[in-house]
Amino acid sequence: MTSRYEAVIGLEVHTQLTTSTKIFCGCSTAFGAPPNSHTCPVCLGLPGALPVLNRTVVEYAIRAGLATRCTIAPRSIFARKNYFYPDLPKGYQISQFELPICTGGHMEIETTAGGRKTIGITRIHMEEDAGKLIHPGEGSRFSHVDLNRAGTPLLEIVSEPDMRSSDEAVAYLRKLHQTVVYLGICDGNLEEGSFRCDANVSVRLRGAEKLGTRAELKNINSFRFVKQAIEYEIERQIDLIESGGAVVQETRLFDSASGVTRSMRGKEEAHDYRYFPDPDLVPVIVSEEWIQSVRGTLPELPDAKIERFASDLGLSRQDAEVLAADRALADYFEACAAAHNNPKGCANWVMGEVIRVLNESGQTIASCPLPPENLAGMVKRIDDGTISGKIAKTVFLEMWKSGKKADRIIEEKGLRQVTDSGAIEKVVDEIIAANPEQAAQYRSGKEKVFGFFVGQVMKASKGKANPQAVNDILKQKLAQD
Amino acid sequence: METTGLTIHEMRDLLDTGKISAAELTGSFLRRIHELDTRINAFIRVTKEQAEEAARRADRRIREGNSTLLTGIPLALKDIFVTEGIETTCASNILKGFVPPYDGTVVRRLREQDAVFLGKLNMDEFAMGSSNENSAFGPVRNPWDETRVSGGSSGGSAAAVAACMAAGSLGTDTGGSIRQPASHCGVVGLKPTYGRVSRYGVIAYASSLDQVGPLARDVEDCSLLLQAVAGYDPHDSTSVSLPVPDYRGSLKNGVKGMRIGCPKEYFIDGLDADVIASIRTALDRYRHLGAEIVDITLPHTDYAVACYYVIATAEASSNLARYDGIRFGQRIDDGGGLIEMYRNTRARGFGAEVKRRIMLGTFALSSGYYDAYYLKAQKIRTLIREDFAAAFDQVDAVLTPVAPTPAFLLGEKMDDPLQMYLSDIFTIPVNLAGTCAISLPCGFSAEGLPIGMQLIGKPFAEETILRAAWAFEQEAGIRKGPPL
Repeated sequence: MTSRYEAVIGLEVHTQLTTSTKIFCGCSTAFGAPPNSHTCPVCLGLPGALPVLNRTVVEYAIRAGLATRCTIAPRSIFARKNYFYPDLPKGYQISQFELPICTGGHMEIETTAGGRKTIGITRIHMEEDAGKLIHPGEGSRFSHVDLNRAGTPLLEIVSEPDMRSSDEAVAYLRKLHQTVVYLGICDGNLEEGSFRCDANVSVRLRGAEKLGTRAELKNINSFRFVKQAIEYEIERQIDLIESGGAVVQETRLFDSASGVTRSMRGKEEAHDYRYFPDPDLVPVIVSEEWIQSVRGTLPELPDAKIERFASDLGLSRQDAEVLAADRALADYFEACAAAHNNPKGCANWVMGEVIRVLNESGQTIASCPLPPENLAGMVKRIDDGTISGKIAKTVFLEMWKSGKKADRIIEEKGLRQVTDSGAIEKVVDEIIAANPEQAAQYRSGKEKVFGFFVGQVMKASKGKANPQAVNDILKQKLAQD
Repeated sequence: METTGLTIHEMRDLLDTGKISAAELTGSFLRRIHELDTRINAFIRVTKEQAEEAARRADRRIREGNSTLLTGIPLALKDIFVTEGIETTCASNILKGFVPPYDGTVVRRLREQDAVFLGKLNMDEFAMGSSNENSAFGPVRNPWDETRVSGGSSGGSAAAVAACMAAGSLGTDTGGSIRQPASHCGVVGLKPTYGRVSRYGVIAYASSLDQVGPLARDVEDCSLLLQAVAGYDPHDSTSVSLPVPDYRGSLKNGVKGMRIGCPKEYFIDGLDADVIASIRTALDRYRHLGAEIVDITLPHTDYAVACYYVIATAEASSNLARYDGIRFGQRIDDGGGLIEMYRNTRARGFGAEVKRRIMLGTFALSSGYYDAYYLKAQKIRTLIREDFAAAFDQVDAVLTPVAPTPAFLLGEKMDDPLQMYLSDIFTIPVNLAGTCAISLPCGFSAEGLPIGMQLIGKPFAEETILRAAWAFEQEAGIRKGPPL
């Protein structure tokens, strides 16, 4: 970016809520059902049908509002947003306009420079999703309409234009994503469209007060594309201004294949949505008691968790962040550390082998076949010297595959570490006797051969000898002669 | 008199004592519809087979001794009620061919009693009109004078009951659509308090004003029908969960000591002399019955019609957006693409008045006009509601005319929408205030046309106005059936 300019970015995020039924009717929200099978008179917009608000949607909105430090409105209103499109059965979307449920919140992000920055949340409102159009492609005069998604509850979360770079935008988006998934209100699945982002981007001369004309970027459905789209757009706007042109207010579509944004519609073609309060719905009344009871069910959020992992459990900040990034992973770790009081040891195994094997097998922590208690049982055996760290890797994989507990595997496979110094001495004596040449080398000062002896002894003991004991005894015996 | 001329409560006795069967009763109504309705045009569709089947079910139930108030009673529904498996058009070309997959709540409640549905009744398209001339199925003719309008929009509902083609009917009232045709056709019509009856399955015109209500031959029948359909419905967020009182049980408690208000704003220029005379007579009758007549004022009455035509049309412009040719009803697709399909479907599917109101409402909600029209109208609506609240601090009910004139001639006001809109001047304020009102016959014009009076009650005080209406009806003894 030309350093004379700075970018101003605000994001509008649509999160699909994980309620089991739709926002205004009892139809299922499950993804992937045969077209139009999850529909009823209400979500089909049939004449005479009326919406009835799903209370869980309000509860989820309160959760999101509390997590982002918003004010929860004691009274909020649903409004109709009027426009024609075949995926919008009633010819209007039920949304919130003048009186949304949450306003005036904020979230902290970490900047690339390592600092922290507060991003304002303008508002959060509840609304219904539209259906989907399916285009059979060339040669067909028709498109098909699938209304399974129509009426799926959404929260639209609108930020203040507080971000100044694509990196900040991505950091905010990741933080928001992490938060809604943590809250259990959104599955966060970007491919299925559960978490969608539009970006408002403008540029202005550094130091200028007035905002530049903004473009709204749509159709950016991954964190990588958000970065790409915003960077492309910033550059496009600066080039435009530098070459004497002016940015026009418009909606632009991001094309992920080519990495560019293209004009979709200008301000003149902008819809007049003719918002007005929906007379079919009564105001949403949220009592202070309700807010408090929802507050009581809020899970610990990532920032607090990181803090606790670091200060109470003694993890490094970096490890704490890795574990807290994913609520399920953090829960897994905590269950493990609760079963065996060695947080650091447990954390290393969770971040190391558990994640590695999950990734290799394409699984997620939610479907991890190894219960955290079993992992804890194994770490315990390392800590009490029953097995070595090296043998533990064998035990780990066996636990993963068979579902057996560590103690049983150690017993069945005879993996118990040999700590009996008499037994080890006997092996050491034999090895030294069998390798006089290397023993002489060691004694003449070539200490590198020490490793050779360790290897030989471990091999002879099938890895079960306590490595520390082997070291001690070898040193002592080699020095003797 | 034929059985078709009886009241519901009279039919009930005959049915329960076995003097007549539901099948016979239904048969008489079907014959009368067959004989008369080519002249009146009250029905859009007669559901003969379903009616006969329902009558047989009702007879079984009566024989088993399980009949309820409406078991076996032949009723008819305004074509605004969605009925499972029966084409529902709202008198619009755009909905021709639409067969709903579900019953609305009031229809379900009546079916559960094994009431018999004779068919779907004519109306102004999407309930927009005051004469029933805005129908894709032609106008309804007034049974008292077939050159005159039935009133609207529930014209078919009023005419069918007046002409004894149904024992009772259901209509909807957004600005007077039950009361005004009831008045013109000489029957009793009740608009309940907003929220008293579920709107689920009632095709929306103006959601904040629409309310379902009964039309019947007398006040007692009206109370029976209200009893059957009133009450909270979890499918309608705007329905109210107040207990439903026993309307019929308190009918005969009299009006002694009741305070009845008479608002001076309702005696306007252009009010027909016969209407004035009938209302004055009614006031005298109430005095005679022991009620106290109190002069009151409803100062914002003048603004009601303008306010209504902003709010109702604004809501309608949005409510009618779903008729886009995509999922149901008529689609007119000339192969010109999506936008062309929308345009053709709506241009040809909707009638002139519906299009006029969609345009008015779209304009009122448009960016830059919203505050001046929609928001302003909402403020006026609050003032009108406060007018009534203040009046009801002084009185138990308000007595007014229903319409400025008796039924006018067919075609008389079709070229003058403003004149047409003014025919609802006395009924509209009640919808804006969200309260209840009943229209009942109180006299006849010099030409022999029925004249109605309106009793307006406090919110959810249907009991009070039914009681006052019953007392008047007993005292006045006004002839019920038209000369057909």
